[in-house]
Amino acid sequence: MAKRVAIIGTGQTHHRSHRLDVNGREMIYEAVNRALDDSGLTIADIDAIVIGNMDHFESINYVDAWSVEGSGGVMKPIMKVTTGGTTGTSVAIAAYYHVASGMFDKVLAIGWEKNSESDTTGAIVTCSDPVWDRYSYSGAIPSLATEASAYMEKYGATPEDAAYVALRERTHAQNNPYAHMYGRPITLQDVMDSPMLAYPIRLLDICPRTDGAAAVIFASEDVAEKLTPQPAWIQAASVRHTFTWFGDVDQRSGLQSLQRASQEAYRIAGIKNPVDDFDVAELYLPYSYAGLKWIEALGFCEPGEGPQFIRDGHTNMGGKIPVNPSGGVMSTNCIGATALLRVAEAAIQVMGKGEARQVPDVNRALATGFGGCWWSDVMILGKEKP
Amino acid sequence: MEDIAIVGVAQTKYEARKYKETYYDMIYEVTKAALKDSGLSLEDIDNVITVSNDFFDGRTISSMAIGEAAGAHDKNISTVEGDGSFGAFYGAMRVLAGYRSTLVVAHGKGSEGDPRFITNAMFDPVYQRPLGIEAISAAALQANTYMTRYGISERQLAQISVKNLGNAKYNPNAHLAMDITVEDVINSPKVATPLKELDCSPVSDGAAAIIIANAEIAQKAKQPPIWIKAITHCSEAYFLGDRDLAVPKALQDAAQRAYKMAGIQDPRQEIDLVELYDAFSYMEPLWLEGMGFCAPGEGVKLTEQGVTALGGELPVNPSGGVLSSHAILVAGLARIIEATLQLRGQAGKRQVKSARTALAHGINGACGQSHCVWILGGA
Amino acid sequence: MSQKSVELLTITSAPIGMPYQWSVGIYGSRFFEEIRKTQRFVGIRCPQCGKVRVPPRRICGECFCEMDELVYLPSAGTIVAFSVVNYPFLDPSTGKKRPIPYTYGYIQIDGADNIFSHIINETDADKIRVGMRVQAVFKKPEEMQGNIEDIRYFDIIK
Repeated sequence: MAKRVAIIGTGQTHHRSHRLDVNGREMIYEAVNRALDDSGLTIADIDAIVIGNMDHFESINYVDAWSVEGSGGVMKPIMKVTTGGTTGTSVAIAAYYHVASGMFDKVLAIGWEKNSESDTTGAIVTCSDPVWDRYSYSGAIPSLATEASAYMEKYGATPEDAAYVALRERTHAQNNPYAHMYGRPITLQDVMDSPMLAYPIRLLDICPRTDGAAAVIFASEDVAEKLTPQPAWIQAASVRHTFTWFGDVDQRSGLQSLQRASQEAYRIAGIKNPVDDFDVAELYLPYSYAGLKWIEALGFCEPGEGPQFIRDGHTNMGGKIPVNPSGGVMSTNCIGATALLRVAEAAIQVMGKGEARQVPDVNRALATGFGGCWWSDVMILGKEKP
Repeated sequence: MEDIAIVGVAQTKYEARKYKETYYDMIYEVTKAALKDSGLSLEDIDNVITVSNDFFDGRTISSMAIGEAAGAHDKNISTVEGDGSFGAFYGAMRVLAGYRSTLVVAHGKGSEGDPRFITNAMFDPVYQRPLGIEAISAAALQANTYMTRYGISERQLAQISVKNLGNAKYNPNAHLAMDITVEDVINSPKVATPLKELDCSPVSDGAAAIIIANAEIAQKAKQPPIWIKAITHCSEAYFLGDRDLAVPKALQDAAQRAYKMAGIQDPRQEIDLVELYDAFSYMEPLWLEGMGFCAPGEGVKLTEQGVTALGGELPVNPSGGVLSSHAILVAGLARIIEATLQLRGQAGKRQVKSARTALAHGINGACGQSHCVWILGGA
Repeated sequence: MSQKSVELLTITSAPIGMPYQWSVGIYGSRFFEEIRKTQRFVGIRCPQCGKVRVPPRRICGECFCEMDELVYLPSAGTIVAFSVVNYPFLDPSTGKKRPIPYTYGYIQIDGADNIFSHIINETDADKIRVGMRVQAVFKKPEEMQGNIEDIRYFDIIK
């Protein structure tokens, strides 16, 4: 019998660039332990586990098997779900289906990455097709830069427009003690002056590499309300991993996978006008220009209007639709966890546990994941059972 | 558990090297073939689960290579990195949760990378990897533990290779099929004692697909639905030294829960055939013990007494098992497919008579750290 | 044991490669063969939606149908997007750092509906604009090996 599902607790590590004090398993354990504490549960209460990361960052084959001491999977069902940058949301969605199927009541979703353990770009380059793309492909940064160059050409957006997004993310991060960039505020000029990595992306336009883990506990409607006063109900989950070849993605048009996934999710959850219907959004924005272009795909504004929407302050705390109160991907990026953190932070907002980064009166929250071949995952969470 | 069924299946031929085909080609072929088998169209497929391994493919985000070939351009999709039986588990959960159907695809090419390097990467980089351990040497440790614990000889285990490689002659998709004797196994080259070449599965190239559907879509499909009566999985500890390699605890747990889910009280009587993951000859009797078909240490007796032969009381691996075809992650999915063909009565020369209930099994992680158990039933 | 601070260690893997050998498939192999023989690009047209894609591949993902109509295309096109890469990283195919700067380009080959990825032979970002025309420059046929590097780069057509 299909069940409705809610998030009842979350946990995350204090994200840093190098966690030399823990190995991967130990780092996972920190996040799991915090999620169990947040939910008032012990590992014995967990019925199944889903875990994800991007293999080549730590070069561990069969991570689900390797992780069990840290993830709590000894003598439990555990499986690995991985889809590149979207891993965190794919893991969340898998945990959701574990519970929605009626087979498991309480499921632990774990995302993690120890980016310090490898040459991050060298590892990402292996996501490209070895025959056609790997020769020229240079990792996430230039790939994203190509989208930025096409967007600027089409709409006249400027590096300063993008810098406002970077500034917002970093400013929000100052309210989030878990964020990698907590305690490191910047100015707009800092962004514009930072070193150019791959035109037009500068150092402060792009996400950092982080060591960190996140854990989220999903529970069925039979137990969720007994475990927490305000569960964050999953109202929709949609995925479009639309393309297989980088060259099929037309950088001159909007982010198609996000358009398609959000349209389906909005339909399922009854969202008519995202800016009005959502109280907060945790969006997977790996670089500043995404903050201009991808909100158009989500229907926050028309194509080309992203820069003005940002400059008008609608996405700041106190604005019409605060985006990334946590500081977002540009403030913390432990790949396997990054998309899961969007879901966790959206749940934190709905559950009212956001402390300094809490948006007041959150009824519904939007969370997105991005990665792979310009793929998108969308989840909608809310105070009401669907 | 609600009524969900397997309504379409497809496998490529398993072979040493599919030189002409890319992963994309193989997945397209099995997707098309599974759709044809089921009589359904792509519109009837609500979502897709892919199964692949980044190390074997030499590509992080290995799922990227094949989404489109599985018809997933505008569909919900996800990827399990682990044995195909676990991917199919996720696919089944998605149907239980409300999708009308899930297409599950898996691919593996042992030929394109170095399996020893790749399976060495399964082991802990700090404590185990530099010692050179990989899948075969780890299995040898488990074989050693098992044989010593119960006084089992190499000759006794060789019988499993003889049975399974012989059964493979009746499986048109099998990679290896041969008429051999116990002597042939004993005299085959030593790989890692006590394992010899003929105690070990080959590494194959191949792909497979299944379509899992709810009752509504099962009605529409043209094959008799094979109902999923139980699905379970369980993992034990990771470090080999933290486990008792002669006692498959995780399998015991998964099997007992599966029997309960399926309402099976006497597995030996109520199950008509077993397709289990025999990557090595010793694994068949060890897993049979874990599944509760006999007492610990008695697994080989089932082979000696002819119980597990093709014409026996409880045929095990009538398809030839993993010992005959091992396209890595595909192998667990292939067990589910073979069990399905048996229950449909479509297993040709390897058909088990009056097969009504089957157990299919997959493993993940070194030495069967994690086990997935499926119980399937015909009408 | 006392809780005095301990030196935190890391283990570094040996710099040896994990070798792979990937199948190109029928369609891709034809693409490289054509480059070697005639220095022309070959794409493929979908019978349902009519889109032409290069390099050629077996199925049209959007229509989910098989394609077999090969189409000759010019080896020139237009820059759709680009980026000049300025930071060094380990190339997993060679095990060495890739020489920088270099320019990663998305090129729409004339007549094709999808985008071709390759290198653009210009590293001054001020001299490159989206919309510029580019032309493929090939290796000498006798030096070609049947891979993407048989195309050396794309030159901007002045």
